[in-house]
Amino acid sequence: MNAIEFILAGMLAAATPFLLAALGELVAERAGVLNLGVEGLMALGAVLAFIVVYHGGGHFLGFIVAGLGSAALSLLFAFVTLGFRANQVAAGLAIGILGQGLSALFGKTYESLTVKGLPKLALPALSELPVIGGLFVQDIVVWISLAATLALWAILAYTKLGLVVRAVGENPKAAHAIGYSVISVRILAIAFGGAMAGFAGAYAAVVYTPLWADGMIAGRGWIAIALVVFGTWLTGRIFLGACLFGAVSLMGLAAQATGLDVPSQLLSSLPYLVTIIVLGIISADRRLLKLNGVASLGEPFER
Amino acid sequence: MSVWFPTSLPTLVRRERASLAAALGAPVVALGGAIALNLGLYVLMGRDPAAVVYAMLFEPFLSWASFSEVLLKAGPLLLIAQGLAIGFRAKVFNIGAEGQFILGAIFASAIPVWFPQASGQWIWPAMLLLGAIGGAIWASLTAFWRVRLNANEILVSLMLSLVAAQLLNYLLLGPWKDPNGFNFPQSVMFQYDAMVPTLITGTRVNVSFLITLGLSVAAWVFMQKSFMGYKLQVGGLAPRAAGYAGFREGWAIWLSLLIGGFAAGLAGAAEVAGPLGQLQRSVASGYGYAAIIVAYLGGLHPIGIVISALVMAVIYIGGDNAMVSASLPIAAVRVFQGSLLLAYLIAVAFVRYRLEWHRTAQRSLP
Repeated sequence: MNAIEFILAGMLAAATPFLLAALGELVAERAGVLNLGVEGLMALGAVLAFIVVYHGGGHFLGFIVAGLGSAALSLLFAFVTLGFRANQVAAGLAIGILGQGLSALFGKTYESLTVKGLPKLALPALSELPVIGGLFVQDIVVWISLAATLALWAILAYTKLGLVVRAVGENPKAAHAIGYSVISVRILAIAFGGAMAGFAGAYAAVVYTPLWADGMIAGRGWIAIALVVFGTWLTGRIFLGACLFGAVSLMGLAAQATGLDVPSQLLSSLPYLVTIIVLGIISADRRLLKLNGVASLGEPFER
Repeated sequence: MSVWFPTSLPTLVRRERASLAAALGAPVVALGGAIALNLGLYVLMGRDPAAVVYAMLFEPFLSWASFSEVLLKAGPLLLIAQGLAIGFRAKVFNIGAEGQFILGAIFASAIPVWFPQASGQWIWPAMLLLGAIGGAIWASLTAFWRVRLNANEILVSLMLSLVAAQLLNYLLLGPWKDPNGFNFPQSVMFQYDAMVPTLITGTRVNVSFLITLGLSVAAWVFMQKSFMGYKLQVGGLAPRAAGYAGFREGWAIWLSLLIGGFAAGLAGAAEVAGPLGQLQRSVASGYGYAAIIVAYLGGLHPIGIVISALVMAVIYIGGDNAMVSASLPIAAVRVFQGSLLLAYLIAVAFVRYRLEWHRTAQRSLP
């Protein structure tokens, strides 16, 4: 397998944690809430899923527990920011630190243990194609994530639910005036974001690299938040961005496999460096951000 | 609305003026709340809460040896938090102090690593200065990205911290690894003159603690008394007003980040030239993140930060004690830090709001 085939085959799986977490954050931000705790929410989801799967609960249950656990922690964020109108940046950081601490606490006795991942399912015919065939051999979670992406895009763009979420983020006062409960929409959006971050962490810990290690999320939650900016709050672009980051995180492995003499630390920091560069490129176009950005993002709502 | 929040629930009502009592009480209430919450957690984990309380909150004060360790721990937290708070007040959210701290440690180590035989009283001051410059340079990347490219400083500064951690690993596993160090990822031990002189004999507290206290006074003067500090705060509170008054936003971002990077870099330099005595991985132990909590808990006020840094240092040292005597995992310290900040954010809401229990429905009608 050459480097391109290797990257194509693994890209979607590597992209899945970024994608799931970024979709969750997208919904929260669309509703006007900036939750910076994604890294901690992912870490908590990862450890919960790992514990369930390690004790024979199965992957399905692992994902459910991870989703519920991280959603519960994100509700704490909702409680502080919506209930007490706390600064969302500070509250997000607190949730992130708390989530990482809890994951290390729960995962202490599971450090460096492994579980079995999930089998890959091949699409007939398409998976036989040369070079790009690997794209069509993926585990079930990748397929579900792709379907979820599509569904979320349709919901945000074309349904009343999507419209309400966007209205609450764009102009909460107006949304309130026409009778929608800004607070309840935001609570649900935050919980959804938390659950998705939990799924993302679960995927990282029980499917992608089925092992638990403290700090294994390694900045992916932060990159997911950056992805929402890269994608200028649009589902399709976030998906493309997640694929880019899936590819970038594989490039390190591919480069090592080809025997390239580059320090491994440089390859490990590649996703972070790419994030910094892309963030600069996208943000430099202020009109683009203004056009698509969420007007009330990060601001507390007061009637 | 009524489905989610029945009207019998209390609501927050904005106070006419901020409550000073609540502002002073918030950190105390938050600390009490966080202690109670975490003790509950330890009980759930099957630990003896009395043993934990004793180890965490009393033992640090019981001997001069352990209290001096509290002071040693408080130094970097205090220094970094003072720098960060200046930025936070101007609404510049530099959360990459960890990376700036690491770069400070690296820059400072360059002298003893490259000139291990050099001697003279100039070495440690030069290291501290070089470290501070290193931290400021690392922070200036974030400032450039924010001012010139409009990129979010939270994300960029955090990403740069992750890169800094990799850079540290690279140096310690590669070019800066001690050739006689049995393959451990650490630099050579520094020579005598590359160490900050001890302040109190018999302890590890060194002269950098005095520098930190001095810079805290400088931070207080800057924020409360100087026109520059005033301009920064106006920019944070009312960006539009600041713009009309001719205070440039880009200037505030550069200044905030450079101050934050300078302080964090200095703290990193003091860490390698002080308690560590060499560049090693453990220098990246999360001071940069903990200092964010210290800054908030101190109400972003230079004097409050001195107190909150001491409190956080007690929690660190106490956590170490509890790890030994009550077999508490060290991750419990991180949980404590996170819950402490959350509790503070709840408590501090009462500075600007008060709870009202009988908010009648009619009042919201025209």
